[in-house]
Amino acid sequence: MTPDRSSRPAGDLISPAENTWCPGCGNFSIEHMMKSAVAELSEEEGIPIENFVLLGGIGCHGKLVDYLNVNSFYGIHGRSVPAATGIRLGNPDLKVICHVGDGDIYAEGLDHLIFAAKRNSDITVVVHDNRVYGLTTGQYTPTSPAGFKGRSTPGGITEHPLNPLEVMLAAGATHIARGYTKKIRHLKNLFKEAIMHRGFSFVDVLQICATYFNLTDYYNEHAYEMKVGEVDAGRFESALGKIREWDYDREAPIPLGTFYSVEKPIYEEKFQALMAGGPERRPLVRKVIEEWR
Amino acid sequence: MAEYSVLIGGKAGEGINTAGLSIAGLFSRLGYRTYMYFDYPSLIRGGHNFAIIRAADRAIGAHRTPVDVLLAFDQNSIDNHRESIHDGTTVVHDASAVVRGEGYGLPLDDIVKEEKAPPITKNSAMLGALARVAGIGREVLEDVLRGSVPAKHLEANLRVAGRGYDAVEGVFTVEPVDAPALPVLTGNEVAGLGLVHGGLESYVAYPMTPTSSILHFLANRAEDLSIGVIHPENEISVILMALGLGYAGKKTAVGTSGGGFCLMTEGLSLAGMSEIPVTIVMGQRPGPSTGIPTYTAQGDLHFVLNAGQGEFPRLVVAPGDLEETYVWSAAALMLSWKYQVPAIVLTDKTLGEGAYSFDLGAITPLPDRQPVLWDGAGEYRRYARTEDGVSPLAFPGRAGATIKASSYAHDEVGFTTEEPTETREVQEKMLRKEESLKAELATYPTVKTYGARDAGTTIVCWGSQKWVCIEAAERLGARVVHPLVLSPFPTRAWKEAMIGAGKVACVENNATGQFARLLRQQGFDPGRSVLKYDGRPFAVDELEARLTEVFT
Repeated sequence: MTPDRSSRPAGDLISPAENTWCPGCGNFSIEHMMKSAVAELSEEEGIPIENFVLLGGIGCHGKLVDYLNVNSFYGIHGRSVPAATGIRLGNPDLKVICHVGDGDIYAEGLDHLIFAAKRNSDITVVVHDNRVYGLTTGQYTPTSPAGFKGRSTPGGITEHPLNPLEVMLAAGATHIARGYTKKIRHLKNLFKEAIMHRGFSFVDVLQICATYFNLTDYYNEHAYEMKVGEVDAGRFESALGKIREWDYDREAPIPLGTFYSVEKPIYEEKFQALMAGGPERRPLVRKVIEEWR
Repeated sequence: MAEYSVLIGGKAGEGINTAGLSIAGLFSRLGYRTYMYFDYPSLIRGGHNFAIIRAADRAIGAHRTPVDVLLAFDQNSIDNHRESIHDGTTVVHDASAVVRGEGYGLPLDDIVKEEKAPPITKNSAMLGALARVAGIGREVLEDVLRGSVPAKHLEANLRVAGRGYDAVEGVFTVEPVDAPALPVLTGNEVAGLGLVHGGLESYVAYPMTPTSSILHFLANRAEDLSIGVIHPENEISVILMALGLGYAGKKTAVGTSGGGFCLMTEGLSLAGMSEIPVTIVMGQRPGPSTGIPTYTAQGDLHFVLNAGQGEFPRLVVAPGDLEETYVWSAAALMLSWKYQVPAIVLTDKTLGEGAYSFDLGAITPLPDRQPVLWDGAGEYRRYARTEDGVSPLAFPGRAGATIKASSYAHDEVGFTTEEPTETREVQEKMLRKEESLKAELATYPTVKTYGARDAGTTIVCWGSQKWVCIEAAERLGARVVHPLVLSPFPTRAWKEAMIGAGKVACVENNATGQFARLLRQQGFDPGRSVLKYDGRPFAVDELEARLTEVFT
């Protein structure tokens, strides 16, 4: 079926809202690649623009939902994922994409993230992982490296970062990828692949914070795109090995690309069958009560 | 009034709740109205559980302390209830477990062994004994068992029930009442059904006493009622999922108690700002914190009225019985959608887990209300500023509309703004919705009164205290004034209901008189507080005694 796109030209997705990110912020790459991913998927896959929904948590990343002319749910700190699950439960035609920050989702929202992966909810989570709290002015996050000196930890943190990809693999995520904001074409393809994945998809995006934690040189030196055959994305052990190549802490090559992608039944399926057809429910209530007599 | 009370007690795990419901079923079959109070500590096995089942030839909704029959599975069930036993009480006990027995002793261990029946069928022996004591025919007993026991176990239960029946003698006779046999339901079941009547499409909850049984009931009936039921990882997720469902256009409710509601307050505030409808069934139990988790209280009124950061309107309703629970759960959901505000159905353990005869035929539903939907003309603005404060809704997937919901202060489209004029208008828009909701509620029966206008003494109460107050008022010749809506407070209706109130007593299940405090905030005199805060609801006789002290 060819969708009617007359009402929403796919190229015109930048909203009139004033952009307030710092110059050089990695969020610009994510915004523009997400815009392109949505526009291209609409063209190529025939998905109407109105069937995309973006969610934001709280932090610099969240502003993205204001900057794109796409349906959006600007939520609260760490809570995008359950809201996204609810939206996807409510309408199976929607492509639901959470934009979240590393402080947002790996600290406040970690339980929701793990459970969304566990239940294989058919949503996409894109983490703007700049490894520092930006909007609250430079505190450490769950992916800041050991020794990181933030405003709340001037002596340097003694704890080690999470490897979020490893956490997601253990939790049962069915699609796991990592991108980098300086490799924009690669990033866009990761977004498109994740959005089209049927099931829970996760993209950790290494993003520099120009103001509080500029890791551009470090990432440019270490990050590389995985080649075909470098990881068997259908095998847990292969994915785990590759995911452990870099642990967000020590010096090591940083692989970019899709580490794991498998098909499993999605969470929302049975739910939709139950509500299908929008039946008149009052006679059903009466019937249930009658059965008690 | 013809009325009977039966107390059945034993250890947790012995099926006291189910047995109590069967006893209620026995009386219902004869046309009686029934009410069951179920008392249980927070443990799975052992301890002391009991149910008091009261049956009368007219509507009731409370228990009395003295009972006509006491069915005891253990010594505690006799020793703990001395105040319920009087000269006319017939005691039937399990002779295999009770050491210092009274009345009829049934060797239940021997009976189930001889009948090759599972231990749980001991309940049927007690039910049989009760039927015989109360002069209820064997055929009625068997009919009730057929309706409540799965076919696989029916024969064994019938045999054991027959043994109980034969082991005792008739003591009094319950005459059938010429009235239809009504189903006996709990407040939680009826809240679930009322929500579906109001248009519920999905229910999300994390288990927490005393509302877990809404989750169990709706999950069990999801296919029959064509609704989606979800149990996520915690209450934070519960309310956020519900808001996601609401944003996507699905009418959704959640259920919880005080502790879970604490976790939901962040999402409640989000519902207020983003104007996404959600209905919350908040079943109160004693706090603070874990408190006494399986008991009852009305201690969260001000928490519910004030929860969430910032200022936003909310609908809070507090039904007093099954009929009100049905119609106001439905109305809360419908009004929540019409005004895009969070709605809270405030119940408690007494109402939620209490079992009552339910007369669907006697219910007059409140008017049907629909959400205001976008007509498709022009550019869609999620937060269009209208005179009544209500912005037309559209849902994602709608061609030609970009739907931007936001937790931030926002302009009409939904873009973030911190500009002073815009932010003031966001706040004023929300307050206009509250005025619109209040105006609509003025046409609803928000305050109910019972008894003669010139009584000269008035009992005010809220929620589950309704029926115990009505019965006490009849004895004392007082009126009862009972509000159904607590926010926005129905000021005018309350003022009218209280004309000529005379001496006033305010009955509540909390320690500080929270409803009295609300009345004072609204500029009304709440009279003398009559409070109970040990986790147990008032018995009718107990409240009568307390009120007599206040009124004389």
